[in-house]
Amino acid sequence: MIIQTIMFYVLAVVTVGAGVMVIASRNPVHSVLFLILAFFNSAGLFVMMGAEFLAMILIIVYVGAVAVLFLFVVMMLNINFAELRAGFLQYLPIGGVIGIILLAELVLVFASGAIDIEVPTNVASPTPPADAVTNTQALGDVLYTRYAYLFQGAGFILLIAMVGAIVLTHRRRADVRRQRIADQVARDPKTAVQVTDIEPGAEGTWKSD
Amino acid sequence: MEIGLTHYLTVAAVLFTLGVVGIFLNRKNVIIILMAIELMLLAVNINLVAFSTFLNDMVGQVFAMLVLTVAAAEAAIGLAILVVYFRNRGSIAVEDVNVMKG
Repeated sequence: MIIQTIMFYVLAVVTVGAGVMVIASRNPVHSVLFLILAFFNSAGLFVMMGAEFLAMILIIVYVGAVAVLFLFVVMMLNINFAELRAGFLQYLPIGGVIGIILLAELVLVFASGAIDIEVPTNVASPTPPADAVTNTQALGDVLYTRYAYLFQGAGFILLIAMVGAIVLTHRRRADVRRQRIADQVARDPKTAVQVTDIEPGAEGTWKSD
Repeated sequence: MEIGLTHYLTVAAVLFTLGVVGIFLNRKNVIIILMAIELMLLAVNINLVAFSTFLNDMVGQVFAMLVLTVAAAEAAIGLAILVVYFRNRGSIAVEDVNVMKG
């Protein structure tokens, strides 16, 4: 139990510290790397709570896809980041005040004991005992049966996001000549072949289209 | 000392606040703003999973997975918009984004 407590505090402190560095770091590349650190440690917290599948998904999706996407964009765009940081100190007072108020309110809610947690007896999909069914199987049992439509909807959201990202960033460049197969197939001898009378000795005139 | 629901909720609250403050501090840099939004969604996920565990209900984890999906889609679309915006204007300063003023 003491190991579990130490693990929780290590993971929580590193997560929060990485979160601070995400928003305070000078270099956006460092921000992305600290974001990856925050996600790794949150995955550790998920494992401690018994949600192993979500922890692995968090690492695969965020570290494997989203963070790489962020890194790619940060490094691809040639941006003067020093200029973008100009207003940092200017907004620090208002941001700090709002942050402290928000945090104080949130913590007051927990500290006041308003969340009186007692395990209800009639939950919709109770978690099976961990030694009988793995977390992945338990999640699948719920997700593929009762929430199948939501699962499909999530798939549609991803599809639409993919189509949208491609449509947004795809551009037709004017200086690239593409092969147009329909035009090639549609050619016939009437337009493609030109028969010209050439006087002997005269200079041939070849008009290309 | 037993690690209870309140501990996880506090971590999530701190992360969420960091996200909000990050949006305030980096008003000009869209990339950091997107990352702050990701932090806030992560805090929401921690909340959902914590309640799912401590209420012994599987639905919270299903919902956390849906939030994860939406977060990934949002990052992809946001960065795509960012790339197009940078291509058109040569800068990502959000303060210039008033071309579409009503």
